[in-house]
Amino acid sequence: MLSVAEIEHLTVQYPDVKALDDVSFTVEKGDFLGIIGPNGAGKSTLFAAMLGLNTKYKGIIRFFGQDIRKSKDYLKEIGYVPQKPIFEKNFPATVNDVVKMSLRQESNVDKIDEILQQLWIHELSQKRIGELSGGQQQRVFIAKALVNSPKILILDEPVTGIDQQSIELFYSILRELNAKQKITIIWSSHDLDAVNQLANHVACLNRTLFFHGESDAFFENDELVKQYSEASMQEHMHNH
Amino acid sequence: MSLEILTFSFMQRALISGVAIAILCSVIGLFLVLRRYSLFGDAIAHSSFGGIALGLMAGVYPLWTAYGVSLASGLIITKIKEKYDISGDAAIAVLLSSGIAVGLVIVGISGGFTIDIFSFLFGSILLVSVNETILILSLTGIILIVVLLLYRQLLYSTFNEEQAKVSGIPVEKINYLIVFMAGLTVVTSIQLVGVLLISALFVIPNVTAIMYGKGFKPTAILSISFSIFSVVTGIFISYIFNITPAGTIVLLSIGLFGATMAIKSMGLLSKN
Repeated sequence: MLSVAEIEHLTVQYPDVKALDDVSFTVEKGDFLGIIGPNGAGKSTLFAAMLGLNTKYKGIIRFFGQDIRKSKDYLKEIGYVPQKPIFEKNFPATVNDVVKMSLRQESNVDKIDEILQQLWIHELSQKRIGELSGGQQQRVFIAKALVNSPKILILDEPVTGIDQQSIELFYSILRELNAKQKITIIWSSHDLDAVNQLANHVACLNRTLFFHGESDAFFENDELVKQYSEASMQEHMHNH
Repeated sequence: MSLEILTFSFMQRALISGVAIAILCSVIGLFLVLRRYSLFGDAIAHSSFGGIALGLMAGVYPLWTAYGVSLASGLIITKIKEKYDISGDAAIAVLLSSGIAVGLVIVGISGGFTIDIFSFLFGSILLVSVNETILILSLTGIILIVVLLLYRQLLYSTFNEEQAKVSGIPVEKINYLIVFMAGLTVVTSIQLVGVLLISALFVIPNVTAIMYGKGFKPTAILSISFSIFSVVTGIFISYIFNITPAGTIVLLSIGLFGATMAIKSMGLLSKN
């Protein structure tokens, strides 16, 4: 099986804390990888390094066999959906404008309509992005991520602050993208039940990686699930 | 009367230059406003005051020194923001006062040239020369071509820097380019409304257009239309009633802004 992403001995040191410590794992083509971990576990730090947003790390990150320090070409094959899309509420951009920004080739403009229809937001295409609900905005950001036909979709806790109905729709879209369009998905989440239902692989992160493997192996191991739950609870108590 | 004044060559130059500057300020201003950099134009303009004073003292065409000082100031603001933990508005405030302070000290040392300084402080579009008109048109053309060529990159990095970086857009370079174009635009526009009112041309037509709740291109077109209307009408009114063009242009812009707010408060525009 061809590895689309390889993370080797990744360490990220911030001035006051080691955010990631010697993390290594691989992602195979067609994987639906759920990355779980409590707040502050380093999930967003991991994504920042993988997306080239933070280059101050030790270790090696490869996409499609190539070290990302040597070439940014891999970004053409990646669609990224952030935790919470940040933009000016009154930004004068319609849904169509926002998706079109991501389009690398103007000639693929028909692709926008196709994707908006696929994500059930076609009728919103001329609405301003700031007028939409959180769930609708998140679908627009998936559309942005998909418009260049990426091989990998990276999603950083994409359902934060979204209503339950939109979350269910969002998950069904992810499932279809992975199953039908064979897009490799790397997705961080707090929602263990959702990860159990959707992901075929799990990486459990708490600054160090303490599990990586098939999701059944994680969820059928009560001891691992208990350890994760305790770690999450401790972090929750610590934060409150 | 109104048609007759179009036959005057100084009026033709004023209108041509004014329309070019109106388009330029609206386009560059829209990116600045959306980046929460509304006062950037003001800071650059105030720093250019130091450059103008320097030019007048040295006997050099003052706008050349103003271009140099403004571009350097823009780059300094950007560097300060990048390197140190200082917010954009604080960096702008430092630069804004520095430019005026330098200008005042130079004026003091030179002991005069107040008449020249006044034309730069408050604008003198009716006095614009043929060479200055050519310079304004050339810079407008060049900047608009750059904006059209890099439209997607400029828009995307304004919308969300992180997402733009992940899409492979060289966001830092684009940020410097916007600062560079804003610096050129400010100094080019000083002749229309002067140092003190320049940010009005960057900000007011754009915030007015944004209230209409349209997409990016229609908003840019609305902003340009408001700006051209204010400039052309302002030049006519100021000539007919013998009042200052700069103040008239800005007051007309504010009038459009007020009218749009009134229309919006009556529920006739999109809520957003």
